[in-house]
Amino acid sequence: MRTLVTSVYLFLYAPIALVVLFSFNAGRSASEFTGFSTMWYSKALGNTFLITALQNSLMIAFTSAVLAAVFGTMAALGMQRLSSRGRAIFDGLFAAAIVVPGVVIGIATLVALVEVFSFLNPALASIWPGDKPPQLGLGYGSIIAAHGLFSLALVTMIVKARIASLGRDIVEASSDLYATPFTTFRQIVLPQILPSVLAGFLLAFTFSFDDFIVAFFVAGSKTTLPIYVFASIRRGVTPEINAIATMVLVASLLIILIARVLMRDKTTKVQAGE
Amino acid sequence: MPLTTDRKRQLTTAALVAPAGLWLFVFLVLPFMAMVVFAFGERAPEGGYQAAFTFAQFANLPSRAAAFWNTMMIAPVGAFLCLIVAYPVAYYLSIKSNPKYRLVLVSLVVVPFWTSLLVRTYAWMYILGSRGIPNLLGMIGIEDVRLLNTPGAVLLGIVYGYLPLMIMPIYVSLEKLDRRLLEASADLGAKPVSTFFRITLPLSLPGVMTGVALVIILLLGEYLIPQLLGGGKVFFIGNALVDLFLQSRNWPSGSAIAVTLVVVVVLVLSVAMHIAWKVSGSRQVELV
Repeated sequence: MRTLVTSVYLFLYAPIALVVLFSFNAGRSASEFTGFSTMWYSKALGNTFLITALQNSLMIAFTSAVLAAVFGTMAALGMQRLSSRGRAIFDGLFAAAIVVPGVVIGIATLVALVEVFSFLNPALASIWPGDKPPQLGLGYGSIIAAHGLFSLALVTMIVKARIASLGRDIVEASSDLYATPFTTFRQIVLPQILPSVLAGFLLAFTFSFDDFIVAFFVAGSKTTLPIYVFASIRRGVTPEINAIATMVLVASLLIILIARVLMRDKTTKVQAGE
Repeated sequence: MPLTTDRKRQLTTAALVAPAGLWLFVFLVLPFMAMVVFAFGERAPEGGYQAAFTFAQFANLPSRAAAFWNTMMIAPVGAFLCLIVAYPVAYYLSIKSNPKYRLVLVSLVVVPFWTSLLVRTYAWMYILGSRGIPNLLGMIGIEDVRLLNTPGAVLLGIVYGYLPLMIMPIYVSLEKLDRRLLEASADLGAKPVSTFFRITLPLSLPGVMTGVALVIILLLGEYLIPQLLGGGKVFFIGNALVDLFLQSRNWPSGSAIAVTLVVVVVLVLSVAMHIAWKVSGSRQVELV
């Protein structure tokens, strides 16, 4: 059994290790290791298209994750105060946001936005005082909106689970001691849910940073890092892609490890409280 | 005063859920409705959409039957293969592993899932491609082996990509399992094999169900794995959708397929929930 499990871990990590190894290849070859070199990294980092795509991805991931963390936490807090019917509607919509395939989310957002823009742009042009009316179109905004949808559901789910595990008694004790609802929130509830909010933020960030399919539909003329990587893969496998892939892996590994530590912190506290 | 505090409470609640509600409505409900409307429309001559009310797009679905067929065949098989690899790992992690290292081992399983699927699939493109394993086989005299762009390659990519998602729910349900049941079974003279089949396996079925349902549902919308490892020969509904929207710009036809895909997802999900509910008496589906 141990051998089996060990080989599964090998299966999980060996391909990644191979990608990383060949990113340091001195030659052009993707199969023959001819010597150690970091030239593909400097080549990748000197590639302005790549850097632009990276900046776009970071900006989109950060914005959508911040919005999702704030609105998702608010929704998680508000939902427990809703009627059971209202809660069921929200639960259903959040579940839909998670299970509907990304490819469908991308398509639906694309058709709806293009339709909305085709009405809005002429209307905007007719009332615009200047010569050059702004043209609304697909781009950063639509990617942030579509990524934010999944992230919002993700954060809400995580924070809601945390709130459910909190004891009601501590909140009641706080109000018995004449704390205002806001003080109770700031001093009692917020510190306890903060790790899960942060974990939700980080998961949302990695989701957006790594997502290809949703952005592929709604990006318009903008390029995100996964879209750039996908396009380069289609042009052919080179060690430069390996270098980019390695950097992407390291970035998401770091973020996800922090999120794991935050979530683990949460569970140990819960267990200690029991 | 109770009335005003009540009112205040209502307003706070509304303010808390309003942004999320608005987001869900504008970027989920409305787009979905738009997509349904498009599905009953016609393709404009220059591509895109033209208003109409016709069932032609749905009547035309059989022309994409191959994509549906591939998806509906490969997704369950892929999920089953995932399960076969995942179960022993989940079992080992939850029952046999040293508790001291358990968290680290579990993290090592989860972490790849949150790293780029694109990069992980690229790794296999690399290994199965002509300069990878076939090249090595060529060196020992086995020529002309094609691994990339076969159903096998797609299945391998699926198992690789979704293994963590299968291991986690099974691990969680095995972890919750009351160890005293296993001891009691052994004390009553049951052999380990019969303890496994009569106690452990049935009690872990909710986790198995969750894992299988999650993997199948995500696979129904998969694009990257068949695109990169199937190379246009093994294509899924997701690939047909990208083709219709971004290449041939037939939006109504694509919308009809997307709507059908959502119906399939909902059907699979309700069957899974129904079975899970029968098996465990709860509908909990854990995603993270």
